[in-house]
Amino acid sequence: MAAKTLTIDGKQISAEENETVLQAATEAGIKIPTLCHLEGVYDVGACRLCIVEIAGTPKLLPACTTKVAEGMEVKTDSERLRKYRRMILELLFAERNHVCAVCVSNGHCELQALAYSLGMEHVRYDYTFPKWSVDTTHRLFGMDHNRCVLCTRCVRVCWHIEGAGTKNVSGRGAKSKIITDLNQSWGTSDSCTECGKCVMACPTGALFQKGSTVGEMERDRDKLEFIVTAREKKQWIAD
Amino acid sequence: MATVWLGGCAGCHMSFLDLDEFLIELADAVDLVYSPVVDVKDYPENVDLCLIEGAVCNEDNLEILHKIRARTKVLVSFGDCAVTGNVPAMRNQLGIDNAENVLQRAYIENAQNNPAVPKADGIVPQLLENVRPVHEMVYVEYFLPGCPPPAARIKSLVAQLLAGAVPKQEGEQLKFG
Repeated sequence: MAAKTLTIDGKQISAEENETVLQAATEAGIKIPTLCHLEGVYDVGACRLCIVEIAGTPKLLPACTTKVAEGMEVKTDSERLRKYRRMILELLFAERNHVCAVCVSNGHCELQALAYSLGMEHVRYDYTFPKWSVDTTHRLFGMDHNRCVLCTRCVRVCWHIEGAGTKNVSGRGAKSKIITDLNQSWGTSDSCTECGKCVMACPTGALFQKGSTVGEMERDRDKLEFIVTAREKKQWIAD
Repeated sequence: MATVWLGGCAGCHMSFLDLDEFLIELADAVDLVYSPVVDVKDYPENVDLCLIEGAVCNEDNLEILHKIRARTKVLVSFGDCAVTGNVPAMRNQLGIDNAENVLQRAYIENAQNNPAVPKADGIVPQLLENVRPVHEMVYVEYFLPGCPPPAARIKSLVAQLLAGAVPKQEGEQLKFG
């Protein structure tokens, strides 16, 4: 496969031609903030946290879905990028009801971690306080839509690792919602195999194991990557 | 310096008292002119710093908040309720009649004896239609999230303010919940 040469943050990097900017940066040890990205499943560019500056285009492009190109000059950190990343995070917090103090994922939450890393000590936008439901009809798991950031990790692991296709997205914009099968309660799903991959994948406290209380929900996301590596490369590598 | 307790559980003030021996240092450096822990009824003029615990839940909260803003140089939203609305603001999700609904639930449906919504004009303040974080109602200079913010983080912020610095909260110093 042909190699492409590009610079990321002034560093000369060689990457395979089908790689994304995010992959190339990660291999070079350059960390770009991500939220919807999950090792093991394909990227969709849903959250926009991984936006980067690319010389020659005024648009900010998501590193996770932008392919590397010969001579590309990428900047992963700047005043402008930090401004927009913080804005995106604040909008995510304002769009649903993220009440950290009573959340199962408090202290183990990727949304919280991103907020801290970008110095978000308050949200400048008015909170919308929408009304969302909690689905606890499943025997083992629960789904709290108040805490969902619509990253679609659960949908992707359900379709492309487990192959069950139970989780889907309905609606548009801020009214989008993660649904089960034909928009029914999770407990009545015929397709759910109860594998729990969606729960492992969730970056916030939206999906949880029943019985877990504040701060108790810790996830084993490496397991997803392990399954995919084992399947695709026949390598059974676990830490 | 002042501290005030709006719609919150007093946990942030408990955490403030957890400052232990720093409270003695603080007492040498500032006059605590208004606070739930001192017996002053009216918020004074020309206050340098006020830590505000709690969300804006009722008419009294809103009235004193405007008074505080007018009479204080630097406001700090102190804890998650002040910064985000937190648990008190969860009633907002119930929609337009949320205040009515929570009163019904608390004082009628769950009452064992004498079910009645407390009503005493001038004594029991009316709930606002929606609970809001402090900075949505008045300008706030600094934010100290946490439920509650532990004493070490309160100390760090207050010490920086006393030294005349713009307080920085990075890494371990910044945490919600």
